Amino acid sequence: MKIKKISENVYEIEKEEDMQVSALIFASDELFEKIKQDKTLEQAKNVAKLPGIVKYSLTMPDGHQGYGFPIGGVAAFDVEKGIISPGGVGYDINCGVRLLRTGISKEELMKKREEILKDMFQKIPSGVGHRGALKLSEAELDEVLRKGSQWALEKGYALKEDIEMTEDYGCLKPADASKITEKAKKRGINQLGSIGSGNHFVEIEVIEKIFNKKVADVFGLKENEIVILIHTGSRGLGHQTASDYIQKIEKEYDYIFPDRELIYAPLNSQLGKDYIEAMNAAANFAFANRQIITHNLRKTFERFFPQARIGVVYDIAHNIAKFESFVIDNKKIKVCIHRKGATRSFGPGRKEIPEKYKEIGCPIFIPGSMGTSSYVLVGTNESEKISFSSTAHGAGRAFSRTYAKKHITKNELMSELESKNVKIKAGSIKGMIEEAPEAYKNVDEVVRVSDELNIGKKVAQLKPLAVMKG
Amino acid sequence: MKNKKFEFLEHTGEIKFQAFGKTLNEAFENSILAISSFLSKEQKIKNKIIKKISVNGTDIKSLLYNFLDEMIYLFDAELFIPKNAEVTINGNKLTAIIFGDKTLNYEGLDYIKSVTYSDMIIEKNEKGYIIQVVLDV
Repeated sequence: MKIKKISENVYEIEKEEDMQVSALIFASDELFEKIKQDKTLEQAKNVAKLPGIVKYSLTMPDGHQGYGFPIGGVAAFDVEKGIISPGGVGYDINCGVRLLRTGISKEELMKKREEILKDMFQKIPSGVGHRGALKLSEAELDEVLRKGSQWALEKGYALKEDIEMTEDYGCLKPADASKITEKAKKRGINQLGSIGSGNHFVEIEVIEKIFNKKVADVFGLKENEIVILIHTGSRGLGHQTASDYIQKIEKEYDYIFPDRELIYAPLNSQLGKDYIEAMNAAANFAFANRQIITHNLRKTFERFFPQARIGVVYDIAHNIAKFESFVIDNKKIKVCIHRKGATRSFGPGRKEIPEKYKEIGCPIFIPGSMGTSSYVLVGTNESEKISFSSTAHGAGRAFSRTYAKKHITKNELMSELESKNVKIKAGSIKGMIEEAPEAYKNVDEVVRVSDELNIGKKVAQLKPLAVMKG
Repeated sequence: MKNKKFEFLEHTGEIKFQAFGKTLNEAFENSILAISSFLSKEQKIKNKIIKKISVNGTDIKSLLYNFLDEMIYLFDAELFIPKNAEVTINGNKLTAIIFGDKTLNYEGLDYIKSVTYSDMIIEKNEKGYIIQVVLDV
């Protein structure tokens, strides 16, 4: 594999053998050192071999080894000759982040922090099991799959403004509930409104620093005010949908490929279309899921702060495939873009952005690891040329869960969180250790690279005060 | 160490394990021990419920994928956590009896999103079979 640094923060894997295009990795020297230690580069190279890939296979600054595509992998495919790959979307379809603003000051929050965290933990199901999630009938589940957040609005779980501040109004089309298998439905039917486990969480944060006041004002973000980050996805329903379609595609197509996780169907095949309708339905489940969690958070906050008005800043997916238009080699073309662990970063003027943000660009949220800073960024027009309007989605893992369990003790982690004054409530200590800050890359560095490359500009820095995990 | 049934290996994003067995059936059975150990966080799972399953594959790897996929399904949809299994493989078909318990009887369980084909290995050597699987968790 021939790799060269072609400019500051950009490395290139040169096109060779059966690669259709070259691969670009957006990383500083520090991040690249970590990226090259696992199979990220090999996976980025494999993506470059897929039929109909346009321009290059991309890896974002928080890239790390995934399965099939790397996490942080972005690839655009020609709508005529290209493909769709469930592995390029990820098992957690529409895993994403929603940011809520509260208008509450840090001082007010700190007086009631522990009670609030306790109440949240009771109201919002997390971890394994179904206790507390919504009970849906099969017919209702089909409605959720078809309508997403719109269903939540009809049922009184959402305000109209929430829907306007959700990517694609919280409803991707075409979505067909009948393209989701019974097995997937059975996994999801008792999970709506729950966080799940792993790296998913709800975090109460204070806006510590504003980098761009003009944009922060439009997003409604003020220094020293409290915001809430929700990070979760489509739960068992989405995971099963990915694995069902990997199996369906395997039965229909006989590929010999370096990695079976890269299995794909042509975009214009029946199976390709079926997967897109199933993926959109699972994505709608995820939008509704984050909306129900928002509803329950509102109940908690209104109990402690009757005057509080919880508003949605934005809700954005970071595991999804979408049809979007870009100017490529002076021609405007429509592509199917896969973002797997990458966030869309549209700049001002794009029709996909809510009216309120149209003049400044789309909000981007980059959560740090537990106990470290998270960031709000804004999309740029330059990102269309550089990264198919994509940037990072998190800090990115540096060490495995197994390594974390071996090398980080409970006491170390607890005293570290205490020294940072972060309160935490989690279903399991072991789960917490696996997600310890040391297991992740430096989020500050990830965000710095995004900002320097102009693929997502810094707006605000958030500091966690209370974390709830599965 | 000689009779190790399974072990967990380093993998940045997810969980990777190997399971061993003198026969392919035994290696598949030991993969359930690995899954049980991960999900339960090494708690002892009681043998209270029995599930009988049968799965098909297009080849041996997809048979393993579908077998473990069924465990994840049972965990999520039927709230069942496996303890161990008895497996019979016949070509690209598998039947198994899974022993385990209700998830609600345990605290702080872990979760698996999906099985993956990433780095999947099913190999025979002079000692028997080695299975390697990466789980998305």
